[in-house]
Amino acid sequence: MIQKSRLHIPHPPARPGEAPDFSYLKISAPGEVPRPDVNTPAMEMADLAHSMVRVLKDDDKTTGPWNPHLEPEVLQVGLRHMMLTRAFDDRMQRVQRQGKISFYIKSTGEEAVAVAQCMALRPGDMLFPSYRQQGLQIARGRKLVDLMCQCLSNTRDMCKGRQMPIMYHSREGNLFSISGNLTTQYPQAVGWAMAAAMKGEDNLAASWIGDGSTAEPDFHHALTFASVYQAPVILNVVNNQWAISTFQAFAGGGREPFAARGLGYGIPGIRVDGNDFLAVYAVTEWAAERARTGAGPTLIEHVTYRASAHSTSDDPSRYRPKEDSESWPLGDPIKRLKQYLVQLGVWTEKQHKALELELEKHASDSWKEAVTYGTMSEGPALDPSDMFEDVYKEIPEHLKRQREQMLAEGGK
Amino acid sequence: MAQMNMIQALNSAMDIALSRDPSVVIMGEDVGYFGGVFRCTDGLQRKHGDHRVLDTPIAEGGIVGTAIGMGVNGMRPVAEIQFADYIYPAFDQIVSELARLRHRSAGDFFAPITIRSPSGGGIRGGQTHSQSPEGIFTHVCGIKVVMPSNPYDAKGMLLSAIEDDDPVVFFEPKRIYNGPFDGDPDKPARPWTTHPKGEVPEGHYTVPLGKAEIVRAGTDATIVTYGTMVHVAVAATEKCGIDAEIIDVRSMAPLDVATLRTSVEKTGRCVIVHEATRFSGYGAELSATIQEECFWHLEAPIQRVAGWDTPYPHAFEWEYFPGQKRIINALRTVMEA
Repeated sequence: MIQKSRLHIPHPPARPGEAPDFSYLKISAPGEVPRPDVNTPAMEMADLAHSMVRVLKDDDKTTGPWNPHLEPEVLQVGLRHMMLTRAFDDRMQRVQRQGKISFYIKSTGEEAVAVAQCMALRPGDMLFPSYRQQGLQIARGRKLVDLMCQCLSNTRDMCKGRQMPIMYHSREGNLFSISGNLTTQYPQAVGWAMAAAMKGEDNLAASWIGDGSTAEPDFHHALTFASVYQAPVILNVVNNQWAISTFQAFAGGGREPFAARGLGYGIPGIRVDGNDFLAVYAVTEWAAERARTGAGPTLIEHVTYRASAHSTSDDPSRYRPKEDSESWPLGDPIKRLKQYLVQLGVWTEKQHKALELELEKHASDSWKEAVTYGTMSEGPALDPSDMFEDVYKEIPEHLKRQREQMLAEGGK
Repeated sequence: MAQMNMIQALNSAMDIALSRDPSVVIMGEDVGYFGGVFRCTDGLQRKHGDHRVLDTPIAEGGIVGTAIGMGVNGMRPVAEIQFADYIYPAFDQIVSELARLRHRSAGDFFAPITIRSPSGGGIRGGQTHSQSPEGIFTHVCGIKVVMPSNPYDAKGMLLSAIEDDDPVVFFEPKRIYNGPFDGDPDKPARPWTTHPKGEVPEGHYTVPLGKAEIVRAGTDATIVTYGTMVHVAVAATEKCGIDAEIIDVRSMAPLDVATLRTSVEKTGRCVIVHEATRFSGYGAELSATIQEECFWHLEAPIQRVAGWDTPYPHAFEWEYFPGQKRIINALRTVMEA
């Protein structure tokens, strides 16, 4: 018999073969959480970190002080961005399975976080994403074909073949270069925001990490610097319950909500229903107003569920129940926004189905175009000697020699 | 011209950079109100304000991480890591982020930051205030790594580093902040006023990165060194009567190979000297490069004089420190071969 020590070992509520159990989740009723003034001191609104901001009700209507009162046309744009993100993900998953790209990460079930937040911010705001916010790229108008070319490391790849798939960036889109290292972008976002404040600009920075990544030291660095200098930054924790195979309790989520981590730094923490497009939009708008008016940073915890595998290299059926995703009590963000629009009378099931097909076709057509710029095995290819560029601003002598040597040796 | 020690020269460089370029900010632990534990930023906050000379939380990873973000947003941060021994918490931000940002974004993003850090031993600092980690950073592609050995170079190279669009890790040999040190701890301290490189222009000038300097011409052998050891090598050479040419590398990455090649082709003999530990140290790169470039001119195996491969011992500093005697022994070894 295995001896048990007094040490506490966190366990997820259910493992494969067991019934899904989300009884650990504390969920507030829609409309229940008050909306304080943005200048309220963090500790006076500590409840925001322990409750959950929600706007959409189970009957597909809205309620409460956080309702952002968005026009139906804006919501339709949001719905489209989320659906396009999902269509893109599905297409990329499929081509990865066909061996056309080496790796991919889906954001299924979390689309509202990136899309609603991006729409609540301004184009001049600088975004420092992790690897699961492709919705930001799409909501900022990056073309699917450009994102696909990055995943293909082909001749149109904005990274020139230097990064794994999904590590996009866009200087003109104010989307920072994505790193595979966890949480490194968090203090960088704070520094960017500090510089914006120093220069007297009213742009803010926003950054995203997962629940597991809160354990990294850069999380503490970012919150400390953001608090000390009251940087105009929005720091987001996308709590999708799973860090690859470890349940969020392994990052400390079993004790206190991640949003509450802000309070010790004097930073307001807000816990929001991450699958409620309207709620995510509203808290982001609130945090942006705080940042822009000099009231300081905000930590937002988005409670959501990673409906897909961590990546194409992962098999979640080995560590969590297969039915987990369908049992998630906060539902699906696309479905919820769709139902709301249908209930408003500005959207129909038929329109929805037609849009789904249109976006699927768009993803498929984009892929067909992307591969004409090359794949890793055929078609036009990047010049390998280009790897010596951009190590430094100018190529130093020893790299010029190495490049010549590589070319003289035939390149491979 | 003015007389300056290295601290004053570095201070002058930052003062000028702050005055000339509104995007320059100084940041680090104790660098603001207090002026830095070595006084390198003394008076800068008073003159330029506490929005440009920032005291920071004690978090090296946070300092470098936020400096990167500021650099990306058009600022030119000069971050101080109080001792090179404390740079490791920032290692991930330097190696995985700072060094690779330009390359991974195909030139679309870069962070033109300078990381200043006092390094090296000889101050009774034990293992946490004496390390010479430059070789750990020269192995990283995408950052420049430099170390001046005198006030004139310190100022000119720091201005070059700040103005450089690539990130620069700027190590300052703290044993010679106040005066050149020849490796003999029993001799009275010598101030920089006794050294020609203590003469420093008050205004703006630069010393280019990537250029070595011949500090003593000679014909018998070549000593390749940098930092504090430049002065130890000069003293050792004068003591032993071997006419060695002494090269101050100054810039470890990028390395001025041509100056090394010309000298070793002439002398045929080479001794490499650094304070840092020997195994996989920067001397190994120097030795390999010189062997590749000058093999047919070499009359003797290249010798390396370095710190022993142990943590820096507090009680046995002068047994550990690669002083004059060990340099002279190495010179005799290459001459006798």
